[in-house]
Amino acid sequence: MVPVTDYVALSAILFTIGALGVLIRRNPLIIFMSIELMLNAANLAMVAFTRVYIVLEGQIFVFFVMTVAAAEVAVGLALIVTIFRTKHSINIDNMNNLKG
Amino acid sequence: MNAELITFIILAMIAVAAALGMLFSRSAIYSALFLVLNFGTVAVFYIILNAPFIAMAQVSVYAGAIMVLFLFVIMLLGTDLLPPSTALPWQRPLAIFLAVILFAESSYLLFIRKAATGDVPQPVQTFGSPQAVGQALFTSYLLPFEITSVLLLIAMVGAIVLTIREKGK
Repeated sequence: MVPVTDYVALSAILFTIGALGVLIRRNPLIIFMSIELMLNAANLAMVAFTRVYIVLEGQIFVFFVMTVAAAEVAVGLALIVTIFRTKHSINIDNMNNLKG
Repeated sequence: MNAELITFIILAMIAVAAALGMLFSRSAIYSALFLVLNFGTVAVFYIILNAPFIAMAQVSVYAGAIMVLFLFVIMLLGTDLLPPSTALPWQRPLAIFLAVILFAESSYLLFIRKAATGDVPQPVQTFGSPQAVGQALFTSYLLPFEITSVLLLIAMVGAIVLTIREKGK
């Protein structure tokens, strides 16, 4: 097996790219995608450690993380659609007041 | 260099390139498609790591359901290309600086520890199979599994409540 360090290093790289995406992009959809990328990087590290220590719990946890990600995307995209309806723009710079 | 390491390096390069493509594409649709590629390579990693059930869930949930939802919303809103922002010009260098710090910290933590090297024992044939995962989900993890279904129901109701239009508006 490829050393687990390599998998964790890849996971760290992907997580950093995701964090960078959240910080520099202006489109909330791409910010969402970056969050998905970060969740995915964490999942990759978890599955790699599951393989090393041969315990199934890591994979179960990854399953739950996927469920939470799906729920989060459903609600988040609904929020973006609603914001677009009231403001006619999804530029994140314009989302600076709570009252539409 | 054995075949497994070469496979790992090629796949890792594809995954990182797809993630960077997602980050730097101007068009949101290209970003979404790059992210699908990234999820696909990660699914192959899961298969290599003896997690076939998680790999299939990755393809169907992430690359299938979630990304289709993304593409649908991108096309629905029609705001594919945003004009480049002029607010906060110092934000981009600061973000890159912070990302470098984050990466340095995580790789420092990674390399001060002694990694479990070389000979990892081979798991049994059924490790990570849908049968084994299902067995664990429906016995030891039954309560979290049920809570998950409630969570998905709440998300569904929330999405409907947020996007519904009231009559007369």
